[in-house]
Order: sequence, then structure tokens, then C-alpha cells
Amino acid sequence: MNDRHPQSRGINLDPWLGHYADRTSGLSQSEVRALFAVVSRPEVVSLAGGMPFVSALPDELVTGALDRVMRDQGPTALQYGSGQGVPALREQILGIMALEGITGSVDDVVVTTGSQQALDLVTKLFINPGDVVLVEAPSYLGAIGIFRSYQADIVHVMMDEDGLVPEALEAAIADCHAAGKPIKFLYTIPNFHNPGGVTLSAQRRPRILEICKRHNILILEDNPYGLLSFDEPVPPALRALDDEGVIYLGSFSKTFAPGFRVGWALAPHAIREKLVLAAEAAILCPSSFSQLAIHEYLNEADWMGQIESYRGVYRERRDAMISALNEHLPELTWNVPNGGFYVWVGLPDELDSKAMLPRAVTELVAYTPGTAFFADGTGQHNMRLSFCYPTPENINVGIRRLATVIQGERDLLETFAGTGSLKPNPGTDSVIAPPPHLN
Amino acid sequence: MPNPTLNIMVLAGGISHEREVSLRSGRRVADALLEAGHEVTIVDPDARLFDLLMNEKPDVVWPAVHGASGEDGALLDLLDASGVSYVGPHAASARLAWNKPVAKTLVQRAGIATPESITLPREAFRELGASTVLEVVTQGLGHDLVIKPAQGGSSQGVSLVSSADALPRAMVDAYTYYEVALLEKRAYGTEVAVTVIDDGSGPRALPVVEIVPSDGFYSFEARYNAGETTFFTPARLSEMVLAAVSEAAVVVHETLGLDYLSRIDFIIDESGNPIFLEANALPGLTETSSAPLAIEASGTAASTLFNALALRAAQR
Repeated sequence: MNDRHPQSRGINLDPWLGHYADRTSGLSQSEVRALFAVVSRPEVVSLAGGMPFVSALPDELVTGALDRVMRDQGPTALQYGSGQGVPALREQILGIMALEGITGSVDDVVVTTGSQQALDLVTKLFINPGDVVLVEAPSYLGAIGIFRSYQADIVHVMMDEDGLVPEALEAAIADCHAAGKPIKFLYTIPNFHNPGGVTLSAQRRPRILEICKRHNILILEDNPYGLLSFDEPVPPALRALDDEGVIYLGSFSKTFAPGFRVGWALAPHAIREKLVLAAEAAILCPSSFSQLAIHEYLNEADWMGQIESYRGVYRERRDAMISALNEHLPELTWNVPNGGFYVWVGLPDELDSKAMLPRAVTELVAYTPGTAFFADGTGQHNMRLSFCYPTPENINVGIRRLATVIQGERDLLETFAGTGSLKPNPGTDSVIAPPPHLN
Repeated sequence: MPNPTLNIMVLAGGISHEREVSLRSGRRVADALLEAGHEVTIVDPDARLFDLLMNEKPDVVWPAVHGASGEDGALLDLLDASGVSYVGPHAASARLAWNKPVAKTLVQRAGIATPESITLPREAFRELGASTVLEVVTQGLGHDLVIKPAQGGSSQGVSLVSSADALPRAMVDAYTYYEVALLEKRAYGTEVAVTVIDDGSGPRALPVVEIVPSDGFYSFEARYNAGETTFFTPARLSEMVLAAVSEAAVVVHETLGLDYLSRIDFIIDESGNPIFLEANALPGLTETSSAPLAIEASGTAASTLFNALALRAAQR
């Protein structure tokens, strides 16, 4: 053994391993994330992803818009455009935001590549490593990923059935101040929360605004689902009540189609100027073709009628999911969302949603473990179930399979009860949800 | 004589826990076969597969489906029954390798050491009492253990355990993947993988690859994140030990009846003895797998080697 092979030298398959920035430390493959690969198979009922059911969009609405763009504005559509976005579309965006009580100037709207890019740009503008971002508990996993990548200190604030709890927000701010941590902004999804499903009540909205104003904390209001209500319209947006302290993010991904990748930010003037410069530095300009296609669609199609049609589809699927949960998993807890895509499910304390995922894959059902929505590794006793994409029949099949998974896991844990700690290793996964194209 | 152009169907994907790994392996195989001049399609096997095979009538099928159905012999049995020529062992051999406890038994009988182990179906804990069984396990094997599902790959569901406290959770993690678990005494030494090739001229071992994961455990993450593991090819072992390991790998390959391409994993103890861990009938061929490194170190291009295997299969 001492006579080692003289010619052998180590091969590292990533020669740049030592070169990566510190902020990339969470960007790696994980055993749990790899399990989501099966989600693309038709045998699997995926309750995991958040893909809108774009098949509900009539083809002619889209093809008509695309044809007109190419016929009437082809060279413009295929060319670079303004970094801030097509002015005519920004005018239409003002009209959409007016539905939730927002008024603003077309000059303060910045079109982005999905609202995800706006989220990234705002974070880039404000966050130094270690700065605090306040987020709901739980929060959107795509936002957590961005905040992590800028090395923010992510502090969760409790929600209940009326959304973010003002007293908990006060307490979190006080804790940060006591610890000498600078708070840069509050990130909130007030309507049909992802993943929580809840909506911030009308009564709480002014209180949240007042608290943040008093503490000089900017609010980043993310509202992709606000127009997808099932019963009654949502309360006025936070931005409708305060045009100085709120950056509002909107998106066409859920109300039209995510393939166009068009979202926007409405920001106070000074911030807007920096956002445009940051956007130009990042991507030069958003897609001219996508913007003009959406402009045509909003001009010519009955887009409000289409949103109503989406509401009907998602309402039926929400009902199917709640009914299936009542039928197959009555021992669990969940909320009944009045809009959006998601149901947040609570599991008994002994069950860990992340550790249970391989069993779910075996049973051909997928969900997103609750740990994906927390920056601190908690959420193991929750899971997010999406009702937006599978048919009502498949939702029932999926929940029935999930019941088998949960029963199997409980049996297994029961077998080993009393032998020692059954608490799973928390692991190091930072991304434990399906990639966006899988559902 | 010019190389004939074959119509090759690479099967990759499936619905096992290892789907992602299989898709990556399949793409690599397809690239190499395209480079060799063949016509290649990648197919994700599903309910339409056998109709597709009937219609397309490929000259050769290359199954790169990892995990259950791909490696447990089911798919290979069905390909045999359909009269399809494929690259890989007969189903019965794949089944032997897939079942880790059975493979260990056969390899041990062939004279190659393997870590002391106990195989436990989940029912055994229920029937005999979990606490009692765990106590007997630790009395027999000690506390320094590797717990793994008795079937499966890519280290999914595998735990290293160094105290009795950690054992119950490790058992749960293994049973989450499969209903039988293998509890092995942990072997220490140099971790190596040996790829064995048989292009029709008999099995031969490619250069031995030494595996050094950055955190000491060749976990899923260490396998599939480039840079998490350092490889040495050939392994930093004496020529004598390298020869012994290579020979042992061929013995395992033949004992289990493997064919075309296999990967045999060992720990080399401090005396230079190879300790058999497991055999892979359809080894991973991803960008971060050890088999492509062994092929590269052999001095033959993957396209040349895979071409030879495909031509052999076409005459099957």
C-alpha cells in the first residue's frame, strides 16, 4: 500500500470550484430535488409545481395577437427596445393595477422579465450581505432563493388566517433593532399567498403600512394572484394606500401565460430610475416581442373574460382538492383559499414532509415540502399542494395516493417508536422544489 | 471494413427515484454513439415503448434506465421477450446485482471479502420488536455501520451511522426507499470503482478509479455535483494492489453474469485487500460518474468503446 502509483493525480470535475462567489454556496444538486424529475411523467400526479393551466387559454386569442404583432410591427418586435418597457403596454398595466385601486404614473412602471426579475433587481438595489429582509412565515421559495443569493438575513414573521400578524411584525422589527441588524424591506404577498393561501385582511393593511412607515421600512408587495379570486375581490393593494413606501410587483404569468415572461414593478420615482438602470445592466431590455404580443392581447381580446374563465377553472380545482382532503386525509389541517393556486397543509408532528418525499415518488404523487418555504429549515410539518394544473379527477387520485404515503410513513415511524430519535437530518438542501418547467 | 451505421434507441428516464441520473446517462451515451456515426434516438420508456419498438425496429436498444424496472431485470426480460437486441446483461444477472444482499453472498462465495452485514425486511422489526432487533444488530455488527436500501443506487436512502442513537432514523430513511434494508459494518480504506468492459473479447477491467469525496461520504450530492469529489485514475495504490482489484472486479462481473459494461465498487483495506461493496449492471455514465473517467484513462474514446458494444449487441 505504501508503494503508491506515481503518475496518478487528482481529477476535480469542476476546475473552477475555488473561484465561485460566496453567494453561490446553496446552488447545488440535491437528492431531494432530483426526485422531482419524475414529475414530468404522466403517471405522476403532481401537486408540487405552480404552473398555470394555460390550456384554458383559447389558441385563437394568442395566435391572433401574435399574427397582428408580426404583421403590423414585425421589425419593432424583433428589435431591442426600451429598458423600461414598451410605453403602450405600461399604459395598459396602469389600467390593470387600477382594478386593485392603484393609481400611478406610466413613468414609474418598469416592465421586467417576469416579476421574478423585478424581485431580483429590487434585492440587488437594496441588499448588502447581512441586511435583513422581513418575509412571511412561510414565504415564496423563489424570493427566498433571491434573498439568499444576495446574502440577506431572512427573518420570518408569523401569519394567521388574516395574513401577516401586525404584532408579530412589530416584535420582529424590535428584535432586529435590538440585535443591531439593519432592516431593508418587508417582502409580502398579500393576496392568496404562496404557499400559505391566505389573504391579508383589509383591516390589517393600514396597520402594516403604518408600522413599516414608522420604522422607515420599505414594503415590496408581490401580487401575482390578486385577480384570481374565487368569491369576492381582494382588498385594495398596499400600494393603493401608500405611493411612497411601497414597490408593487405584478405579473402576466398567472392571468395570461408565463411563457411570455412579462412582469412589472411600480416604484417610487427615485427607485424607479435605479431599477431601469439596473435592468438595462442586467438584460438591456425586456423582450419586445412578448411585450407587443401582450399589448395586442390586452387591446383586442376579452382578457377580463379570460381571467373569469381561469377563475372558474381554479375554483373547481380548489373545490376538488378540499373535497379530496376531506375524504382521504381528514386528520390533517389545511386552509381553504379564496383564490390563487395553493393549499397549505399541516401534518402531524411526527411526520416530516421532506423525508417522506421518496415514498411519495414511489406512489406517483408529488408535493412541495414545507421546508422549501422557510430560510431556517423549519416547515417540515407542512406541505404545499397546488391545485392549478391537474384536473379535478387527478387531484382526487393524487390526494388518495398521498393518503397512502402518509399511512405508510406513519406505520414505519410507529414501528420504530420508542427506539430513539426519529428526527430526520435537516440536510443542506437549499432548493427543494421542482424546477419551474416541471409540474 | 467500414463501420455499419446502426439505428440505436437509447432508453433513459423512467419513473424511478433515479430518473434524473438516467436522463443524464442517456444523453452521454447518445452523444458518444452519434459521434461513432450511428443514428440515435433517446426514448423515455412508457406505455408506448413496445409499440414503438415494433414500429421502429431499432438495430440495438441501449437501456440506460437506472433504478427499479431498469436495473431489476424487468425491462431487460421484456426486451428479451420482444426479441430486441440490447446492450447489457441478461435480466437474471441484472437482478442478482440489483439485489445487494444476494450479490454480496454470491461474491463472498467466490472468495472475495465483503463487509459483514445483516439484511432486514421492515417486517422483521414489527415481528421481533424494533428495540430488540436494533440491539441485536449493534451487538453483532457494532455501531459503525452503513445503512442502505437493499435495492437502489446513487446512494439514495444511504446513511453512515456511528452511534446507536442514529440507527433508528437511518433505518427509517432506508425503508422510505425500499422495504428491505442492508445493514453493513463500515469498511475503511481507499474507495474505488472498477469499470469492466466486454466487447466480445472477454471481460477486462479499465483503470481503477479512486474516489475521494470532500466530506468523506460518497453521497448523492458528492456524486452529482461536479467538484464535490476528487478522482484519482489510476487509484493511488501499488501496481500489485491495482492488479488484484482489477482481477477481483472481473471475478465479480463473471460471478454475477454481468455483461458488456459493469461497475464494481470496493473499499481497499490497509492490507491492500479489496472489500466488495456492490455491483452495478447498468453503471451511471453521467458527466460526474466514475465510469467515463475510467474509459478516458483507458486511452480509448467513449465513442469507440460504445461503438464496439453496440456492434456486439447488434449481432446478439
